[in-house]
Amino acid sequence: MNQISAVYRNKRVKKMNHSKNINTFLLLLPYGSLFFIFILIPVVMAIGLSFTYFDVINKPSFVGFLNYITLITQDHVFLKNVLPNTIKYAVIVGPGGYALSFLLAWMLAQVQPIPRTILSLAIYTPSMVGQVFVGVIWKAVFSGDQRGIVNSFLMGLGLIDAPIPFLLSSDYLMNVMIFISLWSSMGIGFLAMISGILNINEELYEAAYVDGIKNRFQEIIYITIPSMKPQMLFGAVMAIVNAFNMGWIGVTLTGGNPTPGYAGQLITNHVDDYGFLRYEMGYAAAISVVLLIMVWLFSKIAHALFGEKD
Amino acid sequence: MANFQGSKINPKSFSTSQLKFYFILVPLAIFMILPVVFIINQAFKPLGELFAFPPTLFVKDPTMENFRDLFGLSGITGVPMSRYLFNSFFIAITTVCLNLIITITGAYALSKKKFKLKGTLLNMNQMALMFVATAVSVPRYIVIVQTGLINSWFAHILPLIAMPVGLFLVKQFVDQIPDALIEAAVMDGANDWTIVRKVIIPLTKPALATSIVLTFQTVWNATEASNNFITSDAMRTLAFYLNSISTNNTIAASGMVAAAAVILFLPNLIIFIMMQSQVMNTMTHSGIK
Repeated sequence: MNQISAVYRNKRVKKMNHSKNINTFLLLLPYGSLFFIFILIPVVMAIGLSFTYFDVINKPSFVGFLNYITLITQDHVFLKNVLPNTIKYAVIVGPGGYALSFLLAWMLAQVQPIPRTILSLAIYTPSMVGQVFVGVIWKAVFSGDQRGIVNSFLMGLGLIDAPIPFLLSSDYLMNVMIFISLWSSMGIGFLAMISGILNINEELYEAAYVDGIKNRFQEIIYITIPSMKPQMLFGAVMAIVNAFNMGWIGVTLTGGNPTPGYAGQLITNHVDDYGFLRYEMGYAAAISVVLLIMVWLFSKIAHALFGEKD
Repeated sequence: MANFQGSKINPKSFSTSQLKFYFILVPLAIFMILPVVFIINQAFKPLGELFAFPPTLFVKDPTMENFRDLFGLSGITGVPMSRYLFNSFFIAITTVCLNLIITITGAYALSKKKFKLKGTLLNMNQMALMFVATAVSVPRYIVIVQTGLINSWFAHILPLIAMPVGLFLVKQFVDQIPDALIEAAVMDGANDWTIVRKVIIPLTKPALATSIVLTFQTVWNATEASNNFITSDAMRTLAFYLNSISTNNTIAASGMVAAAAVILFLPNLIIFIMMQSQVMNTMTHSGIK
């Protein structure tokens, strides 16, 4: 008798578990399927296509590592312009922008709440203005004729005689792009760091001073950063992604892909160039894979620095 | 102990030791916001002031002319500006609503349910935080073509609904809800849908607000779909249209382009200011471990 009821109960429990599983599955289904179709599959496809020749019209044909070999041995634009540009840009805008946003967040945490809110809003605003706005503003500021704000300012001071073509000259374009990207890089990573700093338990600082910490610099190194590692890591990931997502900046400023003399050509522009202008999808996919590996390497470094080992 | 005068973080009152920070922060904040102020002024300048030399920052004699010109312009395509405005609002609102629903249910399942692949899925989503959409624009295009979504509203909306950052932030918030609360709801006979509505949504409001802000900014400024997935002009978005005006801008149109930039920027700003305190609240739980 007991056995029977136990079997019966087991069945019921199983049935309940079963319907629980279905519910969980249904809850996850919408997000999961969209994630799968528009994020995971494209990444997997990029890897697959990178080993093929594909011109959109004919079926992709397998070519092995040819695209990668071409990329690192024969693509002069990639080797001479795109790769050095991307590394310079990513290192300054990524880690540079990140350090800057930590520093600003830390200073903001030292002032009173109301001015802090106003100042952070002003600093955050550039990150949400969007591509069109960025283009409009900075084209006006760095315009190559004497009506450009910077040119008119420099000429007014008598520092230069003729206007500098900032956006057309390969000497200036990359630096202008880096400057603008830094300007607009105080995004949610920056906000995360502000609240991270504000939420550190005050007793930690007290204890640290008892233990012999002497100045505010030591305070940052020994207390602030270690206590907000999770936010530091989130901020780092956001900074890296932001640096690579800003790839449109050169094209927006100069009005065309490729940028003049490839001076502002970043790896994302190179992908677009081959993918949507030349329709060499296989080759473009290989470049994308290189880009994804770069992003991944950067974030590995961030995890090694701030990840919590368990 | 002698050195410690209380932490200087998050001070309630003013002291002269803060002056050095104001001394750096205030000029910097002004510098950051100045270009934005300049464009907003530019949008209201009459023709004469736009071409003044040397250029001026503030408008003296504001006019709505640039906005009138912008709305009057239907360009080579024959599609009026109001159509693009409608498209953008429709796409943004739909995407934000759908994103909200799937983010809540997804975050609830990933935080409170137990199942086999949970760890893997969470790791995948964490990896996807560093997803750079432009890197895979080619395969995304192929997916859109293969699924037959090309040139449809879905091509705008579907690729942007699943936002790994949004899910991540909301999930961090759901993690804070005690399991006991959900068990109690189950005891009272609540099903998953009721739990989501009565427990999860009210307790994760700040994270949801943040997700709305981030999704809206992404969709509203997006030009990928209009560039690559849409072939008919009447289906494209405001961001795309204004971007094309501004890249082909002749100098004469600079006031109009500024007006366009302001129209694009304002919704972002308004939504962010409305949700600002919620966003900051969410960021407290934004850490990656």
